Amino acid sequence: MPLFVVSTSCYEMLTLCAEKPWRVVAGIVRHRTRRNREKHNTTNKAHQTGVTRRRLLQGATALGAAGLILPASYRPARAEPQKGGNFRIGLGHGNSTDGYDPGLWDNLYAQVFAAARHNQLIEVDSDGQLIGEIAESWDSDDGQTWVFRIRQGVTFHSGKDVTVDDVIASLNHHRGDDATSAIKQFFDPVTDIRADGDNVVVTLDAPNGDFPYLMSDYHLAIMPGADGKIDPTSTDGCGPYIVESYEPGVQATLNRNPDYWKSHRAHFDRVEILAILDSAARLNALMTGQVDLIDQIDPATIGMLEARNVANILSIPGNAHYVFPMDSRAAPFDDNNVRLALKYAIDRQQMVDTILGGHGAVSNDNPIGPANRYFYADMEPKEFDPDRARYYLRQAGMESLSVDLNVADAAFAGAVDAGALFAETAAQAGININLVREPNDGYWDNVWMQKPFVASYWGGRAVEDHMFTTGYAAGAAWNDSFWEHERFNELLVKARSEVNEDLRREMYHEMQRIVSFEGSVIIPMNNNYVMATALNVATPEQVSANWNIDGFRATERWWFA
Amino acid sequence: MHLVLMMILQRLALGVLTLFVVSLVIFGATELLPGDLASTLLGQSATPETVAALRAQLGLDQPAPVRYWAWLTGVLQGDFGVSLATRRPIADMLATRLGNTVFLALYAAAIAVPLSLILGVLAALWRNSLFDRVANAGALSAISFPEFFLAYILIFLLAQSGYFPSMTRISPNMSLGDKLYVTFLPALTLTLVVTAHMMRMTRAAIINLMAQPYIEMARLKGLSPLRIVLRHALPNALAPIINVIAINLAYLITGVVVVEVVFVYPGLGQLMVDSVSKRDIAVVQAIALIFASAYVLLNLTADVLSTLTNPRLMRRK
Repeated sequence: MPLFVVSTSCYEMLTLCAEKPWRVVAGIVRHRTRRNREKHNTTNKAHQTGVTRRRLLQGATALGAAGLILPASYRPARAEPQKGGNFRIGLGHGNSTDGYDPGLWDNLYAQVFAAARHNQLIEVDSDGQLIGEIAESWDSDDGQTWVFRIRQGVTFHSGKDVTVDDVIASLNHHRGDDATSAIKQFFDPVTDIRADGDNVVVTLDAPNGDFPYLMSDYHLAIMPGADGKIDPTSTDGCGPYIVESYEPGVQATLNRNPDYWKSHRAHFDRVEILAILDSAARLNALMTGQVDLIDQIDPATIGMLEARNVANILSIPGNAHYVFPMDSRAAPFDDNNVRLALKYAIDRQQMVDTILGGHGAVSNDNPIGPANRYFYADMEPKEFDPDRARYYLRQAGMESLSVDLNVADAAFAGAVDAGALFAETAAQAGININLVREPNDGYWDNVWMQKPFVASYWGGRAVEDHMFTTGYAAGAAWNDSFWEHERFNELLVKARSEVNEDLRREMYHEMQRIVSFEGSVIIPMNNNYVMATALNVATPEQVSANWNIDGFRATERWWFA
Repeated sequence: MHLVLMMILQRLALGVLTLFVVSLVIFGATELLPGDLASTLLGQSATPETVAALRAQLGLDQPAPVRYWAWLTGVLQGDFGVSLATRRPIADMLATRLGNTVFLALYAAAIAVPLSLILGVLAALWRNSLFDRVANAGALSAISFPEFFLAYILIFLLAQSGYFPSMTRISPNMSLGDKLYVTFLPALTLTLVVTAHMMRMTRAAIINLMAQPYIEMARLKGLSPLRIVLRHALPNALAPIINVIAINLAYLITGVVVVEVVFVYPGLGQLMVDSVSKRDIAVVQAIALIFASAYVLLNLTADVLSTLTNPRLMRRK
């Protein structure tokens, strides 16, 4: 076995290279050398010219990158969608261990594959609005009892009609004591789900105006039920494409559902979804015409792709964000002054430039993003300010601070480099961040929510309440900073049932302020969804910012020009 | 022949024992890894209740010895069980991938073994010539690069210009010709990786023998150098060469995950890595057994062959 052992370590090396773009490392080194050089450039003429040329090149790169993020109106003109073609997607996700159970879908491969074969009750459209899918319409008098009217005449791939019972079985799969679903907590407030003619009636234990948003979650695929249960190993659905074959971690092949009820959607004849984990292999596959869409583009290669004119780059700003949660119960993070000191000791713009290659935006420790309805855009920004960080340290009664930051690239691509960058800027404020590199394997078990100061990510949520309830409410399962704030929790419940739009906005703004300035999660940046497509792939005017790959629904919304 | 048969039986019995120990060690090692299938499947979204429910569903709440015993009795009855993650029968999951892995290994071996034998014999024949040096330097540099680097270079040279596909998508109903075409780049990469070892062993074993008195005798008889090498030196050098070839063949079956990743080739290596990271113990065990069997069987074959090529061992009392 020794040879095998050797090669697995090679594999780790490989994935390390794949996940850690050289550009990022080079970026850090470049910043260091630039600072050193600026100190000395008056004494050394040769260095001085070196700096100038380097800066010129950097400027050129930045210009190039800026040009890539095209405004929506500048994208190629579109004709009406055309039918036909074999759409091949290469994703940097997908394992041979991926299962069929909707409650356990956790990676982009499973999500895109699910969206290609299933429908949900409610869809989030490209503008972030809810539109009916299997639920034709929905309504509630008091926000507590929700009535979903089920669309008639929709059939599963197996030919069976979609009925109220199927919907109830699909929802109940995620609910109850023995449910193993990742979204089990959505159904904790649900006291009853019952059929009423063509309607499904859901009763909650307290009013929640945003409940329909929760029903748009990607886990909630509508599948055929039998005896009140769905078969979690079946691929039968009522979505746009019918599964022809599926080999987990390798490939799924689907054909258009000829009886699909949406006549204006699902334009491809055939869809192939491939798992291509290696980023260079993914890029090669796109460049040599073996696939039509890839995700997770290494920022360093975007310029090359553009220069060869072999692909279109889509960079979609959304609510996804990278975070550094601090355990608010553990010293020194139990003191808000310490948390504020750390928040001012991070150079957010530099993070966006080097870690995201410019494909993202600075975040103000705000889990609510620009794609949300009540986003607080005017909140005073936190610039990198070592003096201010020192001030807050002194407020906390400290002269200097030393903390461990446990990171792994499992948290997000570039997390280790982001930690290094953070450590470097924090050092200027007298804060010593000791970077502890953890293995990717087992990161969510042994590090996240176990160690006091770690890295993590969020996909973001379309609704403020959804985001706050899952990540910031007292006692929430994913409240990874173990943060409790009385006023915040009071507002959270109040805003949920508030009907006055202005009052509601005010409440959500106040909550965002509280999270930003008193919360225990550092959120330096919002990361864009970056994809590349073959030149003949056409997309609608607006590509959804709700999730990656056009809200997972590229197979249904895109077409070949 | 009787002797050889006894040896084979003895080795097979030992092989089964080895497999048992391997399965025990792999099981123990996977137990030591932090987290289990339930928590890794749920990943970031794991909550204590859902993890507990999933554990109970998968039978992971049983103590480790009980689970091992259940697995062992299953395997002894020829039932590898179902994958805990996908709930598919493991035998089905492995069948295609094992086929793919063996296909690629045989393809690479079919190029690499003759190539390295010929190069090795020629290098021994023209020792210290320019050919010898170039062949040595070339093979050594090929083995010194990491596999993925070689793979990227080949992709750059041969795939981006459109001669060969960079991604090897093979399906069972492809013709053999098509299969050989799409898997050419990974096979070439593997050839470059394993050739040096075999070639240098061939060369060294032959050169080692060339100093023997009987070779000198042959030379004095006026035989041509090629005939001396092929008829007199090579048969005596076969034992070490066969052993090196066996080890390299075993490597081609068990150690090619990096090449699989770069060329997106659905073989066993990728499945093994995925299963380890998800703690899908049943699949890990099954693959480990396949890998261990490959080593045991290839080593056995090598021993049998070297015994057969050596009359002294054949007549041993």
